[in-house]
Amino acid sequence: MGEEVKLFRSWSSPFALRIVWALEIKGIEYEAVFEDLSNKSPLLLQYNPVHKKVPILVHNGRPIAESFVILEYIDETWKQVPLLPKDPYERAMARFWAKFCEDKVLTSIWSAFIKQGKEQEEALVAAAENLKFLEKEMKGKKFFGGERIGYVDLVLGWLANLVSIFEEIIGLKIVDEEKFPLLYSWMQDFAEAPIIRDNWPPRDKMIVKFQALLDAAIASSSSSSSSSK
Amino acid sequence: MADEIVLLSTWPSMFGMRVRVALAEKGLKYEYREEDLWNKSPLLLMMNPVHKKIPVLIHNGKPISESMIIVEYIDEVWNHKSPLLPTDPYQRAQARFWADYVDKKLYDIGKKIIWSTKGEEQETGKKEFIECLKLLEGELGDNPYFGGENFGFVDVSLVTFSGWFHTYESYGNLSIETECPKLVAWTKRCLEKESVSSSLADPHKIHDFASEVRKRLGIE
Repeated sequence: MGEEVKLFRSWSSPFALRIVWALEIKGIEYEAVFEDLSNKSPLLLQYNPVHKKVPILVHNGRPIAESFVILEYIDETWKQVPLLPKDPYERAMARFWAKFCEDKVLTSIWSAFIKQGKEQEEALVAAAENLKFLEKEMKGKKFFGGERIGYVDLVLGWLANLVSIFEEIIGLKIVDEEKFPLLYSWMQDFAEAPIIRDNWPPRDKMIVKFQALLDAAIASSSSSSSSSK
Repeated sequence: MADEIVLLSTWPSMFGMRVRVALAEKGLKYEYREEDLWNKSPLLLMMNPVHKKIPVLIHNGKPISESMIIVEYIDEVWNHKSPLLPTDPYQRAQARFWADYVDKKLYDIGKKIIWSTKGEEQETGKKEFIECLKLLEGELGDNPYFGGENFGFVDVSLVTFSGWFHTYESYGNLSIETECPKLVAWTKRCLEKESVSSSLADPHKIHDFASEVRKRLGIE
């Protein structure tokens, strides 16, 4: 029976990249469908009417959306090279840390990048506090998954690439090697791991994209603050 | 060796109630400890140092936080009775998707209705809230439960919000039954289950609680 696996993604989405990594780590053949998110295809809107976002995995014609949901589906359907641990408590811990990375780490680091002035200062403080928890969690481990890359590593993986891009654009340190030595070395190990390293989007294109996002954010915040009350 | 299960929660929390429903579905005995969120216990701070929030399940001394993560853990450990997630991976993915939708949307939008001081924010909140409920109602379709024939994972994630419906209606000046009759019928069906009725707090007591918090926050 033929397996048809399609992944709707964009060239830069860090969320879709998680799924690229998962599929390739497990050796699953798939077709990548690149979307222009400023001009979403009718197929994308049909497959993900609720959120209208990438990634979407379409397996034998059936769509699944939301990267965490897709990762668990992939792990349950293709059992080679497991991403989540077997033990229920360890699985709960992996899910906990993944949620923490998404809700707290990603949010605070994004704010530290996109905001200015006092809001940026506060975001940097929040980011550092969140990173401390991750640093502690890394003790005695090469990856969050242990000896090899697992679910939490894939969820946090964007950090290993985007942080240096953000730091270059804003000229500020977000993940200080001295303060977070374990996390910093995880970032190097993860970024250079086989399969991971082959799939990073082009750095120069990323810098252009995120510089433009920052410029737009600065422009809109200064225009709203200059308008009179 | 008997399992030792402790639940740290607060009685009005729709998140804590989810865990109570799951434990009841599995017929599990546990110790319930009411937390005072204005004065958190050392145990809570020790068991959930990252978020310092409830609910926290402590199973044989080991803590798990985040309500739907706890529910999934309970379902995996006590998998011989009343399964909450289906066995098929695609159906499991659909259940996780909708539980995630409830988590991402309903609570934060609902906050605009109850805790907001600005009229415009509250109006937006009302509109978005009803849109969410209508989408969920559409997903339920003609099934008795979100889990199909059986009460399941998505049912657990959503049914505990029903105790708060009266409060949303009161402060939002809306009628959920008028807007989403099938969804309200589903909440009544769920309440016929002992696991749900014994776990949900009384809607009027929740309303009184919300009123007290609003006074404390200076918005009532």
